[in-house]
Amino acid sequence: MKLTINNHSYTVDVDPAMPLLWVLRDVLHLTGTKFGCGMAQCGACTVHLNGEAVRSCVTPVKRAEGQKVITIEGIGQQHLHPLQQAWAAMDVPQCGYCQSGQIMSAAVLLRENPHPTDEDIDAAMSGNICRCGTYPRIRQAIHHAAQLQNKGGVQ
Amino acid sequence: MSETTSYSRRNFLKTGGLLSGGLVLSFFIPAGAKRFVPDADPLSNAFQPNAYLNILPDNTVQVILAHVEMGQGIWTTLPMLIAEELDCDWSKVTVQHAPPGKPYLHTAFGLQITGGSSTTYSEFDRYRNAGATARAMLVEAGAKKLGVSPASCRTENGYVIAGDKRASYGQLANAAAALPVPQKVQLKDKANWKLIGKEKNRLDGKAKSDGSAIFGLDVHFPGMLIAVVAHGPVFGAKVRSFDASAAKAVKGVRDIVQIPTGVAVVADHFWAAKQARDLLQIQWNLGPGEAIDSNSLLEDYRRLANEKGLVAEQTGNAAQALAGNVTSIQAEYTFPYLAHAPMEPLNCTVKISDDHCEIWTGTQLPGGDQQAAAKLLGLPAEKVKVNTTFLGGAFGRRASPTADFVLEAVEIARASGKFIKMVWTREDDMRSGYYRAAFLHKVHVGLGANGFPAAWQHSIVGQSIMNQYTLFGPPDKSKPDESSVEGIKDSAYLADVPDKLIQLQSPELPVPVLWWRSVGNTHTGYVMETMIDELAFAAGKDPVAYRNSLLKSKRHLAALNLAAEKAGWGKPLPAGHYHGVAVHESFRSYVAQVAEISIQNGQLRVHKVTCAIDCGLAVNPDGVKSQMEGCVIFALTAFLYGEISLEKGRVKQRNFHDYKMVRMNEAPAIEVHIVDSNEQMGGAGEPGVPPVAPAIANAIFAATGKRVRQLPLQPSDLVKA
Repeated sequence: MKLTINNHSYTVDVDPAMPLLWVLRDVLHLTGTKFGCGMAQCGACTVHLNGEAVRSCVTPVKRAEGQKVITIEGIGQQHLHPLQQAWAAMDVPQCGYCQSGQIMSAAVLLRENPHPTDEDIDAAMSGNICRCGTYPRIRQAIHHAAQLQNKGGVQ
Repeated sequence: MSETTSYSRRNFLKTGGLLSGGLVLSFFIPAGAKRFVPDADPLSNAFQPNAYLNILPDNTVQVILAHVEMGQGIWTTLPMLIAEELDCDWSKVTVQHAPPGKPYLHTAFGLQITGGSSTTYSEFDRYRNAGATARAMLVEAGAKKLGVSPASCRTENGYVIAGDKRASYGQLANAAAALPVPQKVQLKDKANWKLIGKEKNRLDGKAKSDGSAIFGLDVHFPGMLIAVVAHGPVFGAKVRSFDASAAKAVKGVRDIVQIPTGVAVVADHFWAAKQARDLLQIQWNLGPGEAIDSNSLLEDYRRLANEKGLVAEQTGNAAQALAGNVTSIQAEYTFPYLAHAPMEPLNCTVKISDDHCEIWTGTQLPGGDQQAAAKLLGLPAEKVKVNTTFLGGAFGRRASPTADFVLEAVEIARASGKFIKMVWTREDDMRSGYYRAAFLHKVHVGLGANGFPAAWQHSIVGQSIMNQYTLFGPPDKSKPDESSVEGIKDSAYLADVPDKLIQLQSPELPVPVLWWRSVGNTHTGYVMETMIDELAFAAGKDPVAYRNSLLKSKRHLAALNLAAEKAGWGKPLPAGHYHGVAVHESFRSYVAQVAEISIQNGQLRVHKVTCAIDCGLAVNPDGVKSQMEGCVIFALTAFLYGEISLEKGRVKQRNFHDYKMVRMNEAPAIEVHIVDSNEQMGGAGEPGVPPVAPAIANAIFAATGKRVRQLPLQPSDLVKA
């Protein structure tokens, strides 16, 4: 099966029903995408499939065959994505484990809605759990990234 | 070559000091240490003045952490302490976790442990001294190189400077390494601090934003296999027999082995291992764990609360005082078991070869895990190497006195003879135990004529943490477990109550319990702060004013009054909004919170939490703020949703759909204020948790006239009385 991940081509020999998450993590060793729940509850495994945020823990790899997959490792191409810059600048992460998924969800929000309100952020980000409770800073960082993006910080 | 052996051969310089709180701090600085960093690092030219830092010829300053980073920010705070005294270039600082080793024992606890919100204050002297020691040696080497006296040198940003001459620390590293380690160094005056007390960005912020941070679950080596375990359905269950024929047929499965805690599948990847695990047919001997049921447990606890327990505190005669004709309030509180539920499920990687074992995991207790693995394998401790990764949340769960998840992985590696990474599913993590214990409190308080408590009788029932484990020495079951009564026994509200009796019952059950962020204060703080609120209303007094009358310590009052002022306590709120307040001391810090809530269509909304903390000196104030924010969300989750319940010994909750977490749309605005304080330093990771739930419950009372005495919150609690 041929996969295109972060604009690189990979050939994998796996069960087509195997969730994309485990292909990324255990076969290709792209470990930035995290396992949190295995049932699309927490969002730690969020990646982009053709630009849409999907839960890779419940996405069979066959759905990604021949499609474009972007993970946390590939979201900032030449430079860090404005969200990644904002995350570090505002000290969003604590343990950091959920933040790949948070950033991947936020990236779709910012692409669709370059000026999100708090309510927009709540609606877009409520599928991602952070056990450390970094939500207030995630909100601030998304606003900050929106400003960076509007200044041309997006690739 | 192991670290432990090399440490034991060294001579340690030992000095001591006495903190104002009475904890004896010792620090050990092994001279000329060479082996406390991974073998791969090019350290042959490094200057290693002590176990806590290395300086490389390229000016890199490697800081070695005696404690682990699990979100609380010490990856940044401890390097700040070293860099402050070292005067190094902050942009050249790199950080790594220490392996198990004597120089990294907790200065107060004597174990290599991260917990008790103690890292920053317990390392404050040791890490500053480590930096100052290195600086003194660099100055001496620099003076020689520049041809001046040490006294004419100053240091700045990684350079020794004399007049217009300078030498970088990297250039001096080799020469400094040859010098004797000074026995006494001068620390900077507070007035000259450039880093301590200033807001510094997290040094792990970038790696935790670009996917490059390595957690235990991310460990990968060629040839490594993945193991998933079928655990028993109840606590203490043992495998009677199993049929693995269907499981073995799954493509990618390499081995299936029985271990003491169940049956493990070893496979090429998680997916194959999990699919095979689900096909295992296992017959279990359930044992006494099957008898546990949350409802009957509560009845047992209710009965125990009426019996005589271990006395934690007693003055006067509370029973007699309460038998008199006094106004009194009686209340029963119940608290469920709670799971830690860190976002990274528990996991551990183990490689056993010949007479050596290597472990990779995120652990709060690397030394304990090392000892436990060594004992299991019959190896000397120095033959077990523990590599600590980032911890994807812990909250106490990764400080396992039994090393449970580490030993399970070691058992799999031993039984299969393979290099494995054991991965728990979320369901394993939720159902395999080590919870905040369930508790029941029965309280009877008599009010004096002045409206203040005059008699206080209090029974606490719940499993003891310390009675289960021997890590801190054999448990003494004749004495109350301090971690079950902290927050009440030492409550400032009770200091002047003439007649009081605080008793504890610690039933023994097969459900494993453990410290859970803020430990006993999770329930004792709730009881005290809601009860005090109740007494204030009974006395017809404002809750903040009432607390001001009762509390004598200026630190309680500083936090309380700062939070009240910043929240606008007593000022008009939007229609339908209510305030509630709580203040609690734990882990040597004083935290007050004011919650602003409303109830609309039977739904609670927490709009804002205003928090004030007196933790003494805040080394990284922004780090303290982020811990307070995290504490608020963590505690709010427990108040709204947290409940692990058992039926016929089986944990009912499985995953985040039925063990719910607060999400972004429920997160209140959080405003944190740090009291400008010169008092004894305290912790930040935990003390923000205890006041949250009572502050909200007190606000709910203001809205409904009803007291919330059973957690988690029920919809009926939100209906007006």
